[in-house]
Amino acid sequence: MTAVTAEDRGPAPPIPAGKEDGPASTRTVVAYGFWIFLLSDIIMFSGLFAAYAVLWQHTAGGPGGPELFDLRNVFIETACLLLSSYTCGLGALSAEHRRIGRFFVFEAMTFVLGAAFLFIEISEFAGMVAKGAGPSHSAFLSAFFTLVGTHGAHVTSGLLWLIYLLAQVAAKGLRPAVMRRLLCFSLFWHALDIIWVGVFTIVYLIGAGR
Amino acid sequence: MTDSSDIRERTPGVEAAESRANILSYTVGFFFAVVLTVMSFVVAQTDLLWAPGIAVGLVVLAFAQIGVHLVFFLHMGSGPDNTNNIIALTYGVWIVFLVLAGSGWIMFNLSANMM
Repeated sequence: MTAVTAEDRGPAPPIPAGKEDGPASTRTVVAYGFWIFLLSDIIMFSGLFAAYAVLWQHTAGGPGGPELFDLRNVFIETACLLLSSYTCGLGALSAEHRRIGRFFVFEAMTFVLGAAFLFIEISEFAGMVAKGAGPSHSAFLSAFFTLVGTHGAHVTSGLLWLIYLLAQVAAKGLRPAVMRRLLCFSLFWHALDIIWVGVFTIVYLIGAGR
Repeated sequence: MTDSSDIRERTPGVEAAESRANILSYTVGFFFAVVLTVMSFVVAQTDLLWAPGIAVGLVVLAFAQIGVHLVFFLHMGSGPDNTNNIIALTYGVWIVFLVLAGSGWIMFNLSANMM
């Protein structure tokens, strides 16, 4: 049956370049789906950025950015997150090269740097609340805590996800399904760094502007 | 049938990813990101730029850094299986632009009229 139809059709038409793989690999499909999620997350952040941009001068007579922000802390936070993005990429690369020892070292560094970021951010928040500049003080502070806090919540869930992922690699090894989850985690972590670029530029550097 | 499921589990993306993502690409991206970050902090705290232009300069630097992250860390723009990712990214950028520019336009007009 198949042989006859093949003869009837004559020689098969040439396959267009780049299409010879047939259906996309599971890895490509998973990465695409996760990328759609990340974009929707970024669109949600754009709403919080818009709220902050509209409200940042509405300090209700309370403290504003220049009084509250310590750019030295923000620089350390930025360095932690950027370095953790780098080690996360190196970890993913080690996993692809099946060097599991290196993978654990780089991902542990990613975790420590992410935790350091979170620690600095939480102490910054605690210091502001102690000064009486909590989220309920003014529209500016509500927008600030919502935007930066949502990013911090993402970092927290990323750290929990990383622990879960490392346990999975330890238990199951670098099998294809685990590798796909690692790919999704890397995408998530790099996307958080992209959002942080927006946060430190718009909220801290422009907000602390003279 | 087993062949097709093998193809789907063989993950040809692994080879493609290895060929385009390597330590050099991450290191170059990290270097550019560090340079852009340091420039942002320097520009914000010194008189290197004309004062009213500082905000614009910072936004330009941020866009450059986001581009570096997308290309070197998220590997946008390389490989034939990336077309859909780029289309989705373009759409996402458009929606982000609408949300930011639209909110700003409406709310700044509103507060100007309420004065």
